[in-house]
Amino acid sequence: MGMGVEVRNRIAKRAAEEIKNGMIVNLGIGIPSLVPNHLPECTKVMFHAENGITGMGPSPEKGKEDENLCNAGGFPVSAVKGASYCDSAVAFGMIRKGRVDMTILGSLQVSEKGDLANWIVPGKKVPGMGGAMELAQKAKKVIVLMNQTDKHGNSKIMKECTLPLTSANCVDMIITDMAVFQISDEGLKLMELFAPHSVNEVRAKTGCSFTIAENIRVIG
Amino acid sequence: MENIFHKIINIEAAMEHFYDGMTIMFGGFGGIGTPPTIIDGILEKGIKDLTLIGNDSGFPHIGIGKVVSRGKAKKMIASHIGSNPIAGQLMTDGKMKVEFSPQGILAERIRAGGAGIPAILSDIGMDNDIVTGDKQRCILNGKEYLVETALTAEISIVFAKKADPYGNLIYDKSARNTNPLVAMAGDMTIAEVEEIVPLGSLEPDEIITPGVFIDYIVPSKGVNWKWAWE
Repeated sequence: MGMGVEVRNRIAKRAAEEIKNGMIVNLGIGIPSLVPNHLPECTKVMFHAENGITGMGPSPEKGKEDENLCNAGGFPVSAVKGASYCDSAVAFGMIRKGRVDMTILGSLQVSEKGDLANWIVPGKKVPGMGGAMELAQKAKKVIVLMNQTDKHGNSKIMKECTLPLTSANCVDMIITDMAVFQISDEGLKLMELFAPHSVNEVRAKTGCSFTIAENIRVIG
Repeated sequence: MENIFHKIINIEAAMEHFYDGMTIMFGGFGGIGTPPTIIDGILEKGIKDLTLIGNDSGFPHIGIGKVVSRGKAKKMIASHIGSNPIAGQLMTDGKMKVEFSPQGILAERIRAGGAGIPAILSDIGMDNDIVTGDKQRCILNGKEYLVETALTAEISIVFAKKADPYGNLIYDKSARNTNPLVAMAGDMTIAEVEEIVPLGSLEPDEIITPGVFIDYIVPSKGVNWKWAWE
């Protein structure tokens, strides 16, 4: 997407603010995987991986990888104190039963109602939904991290998604390179801006209307 | 090792149970926890027209991906094939059918198969044609659900860390993944194991898959592929 490291980290840092002590959190690939780097030391979180790890820790240093201790993307991770392993049915039981507090994932499009379209890339073969539908539908809070626009400059936030949906009406918050939006029954609401972007600039790059919070926070 | 249950066999004897056109269910997630020696046995035997059931299609050179990439499967039931571009190409060219199931529902369908339950009810992906297809729907307590049928296979193949001669299994960390579920769902289940230990040396409390579900145990020659991260 051509998003610089600094911007990616700014988004990840903002997402990390949503994570509270004691939560169970599932992270998608891409920018979401940067979120743990921005958590304060005192915040204890159990990161959930759908291949059967609760309490996933950071990647081990080179040479210390364990081929049988990997995240859902197949890359080596570690286990924190208090971690546990389980089979795939149990891992998804945690999701469907509502024990996963939050999922932070990337997306291709999000609608003003919180419809999520993140599993079929236009013009590409359908790769399958993996665990995305269950996470989107059943995690208590769904946070999307993505660019405000696609590579052609079109808004990825829109009235109706044009791509096939992963799950309807499931996204609670969108954090882009420009702004932070909340989605509730009242619709899409602009909550925060990343400096130096302005409300008008965000409006010009958003494919639907939105309301604006009374005290907009500007993140430097 | 004492073989009083006659379950411990070599890979050659295990391969006698494999044939063209059969349904094979495999354990593993992105190749992690997929039995490498049995995969190579399948390739050497050259069986084809297989129906493969498992979490994903691995990578082209990893796990079940080795079988898929050589065009040996006519059908897959999986949650995604994104990590194996050759699987995607075979699907697009009409050479392999793929039935996609949401990952956790696929796990439950396999679990149901292994637990002798004909189907489960699910509310996942009900607004998505790829999930719903022509599946039966049913109303329970005023809410609509999809009927997701159970999955079984002629042979299940799993990969475990240790087995005793009865086939009691323990797994290694995240290589457990779908293996305990797949182990239960085969009409016959063959476990490839890194180590066979004497009867009584596994604590009954630590056993994940009771040997009841395991028909044969094959010693592993170890993982012989290079992982994506290496």
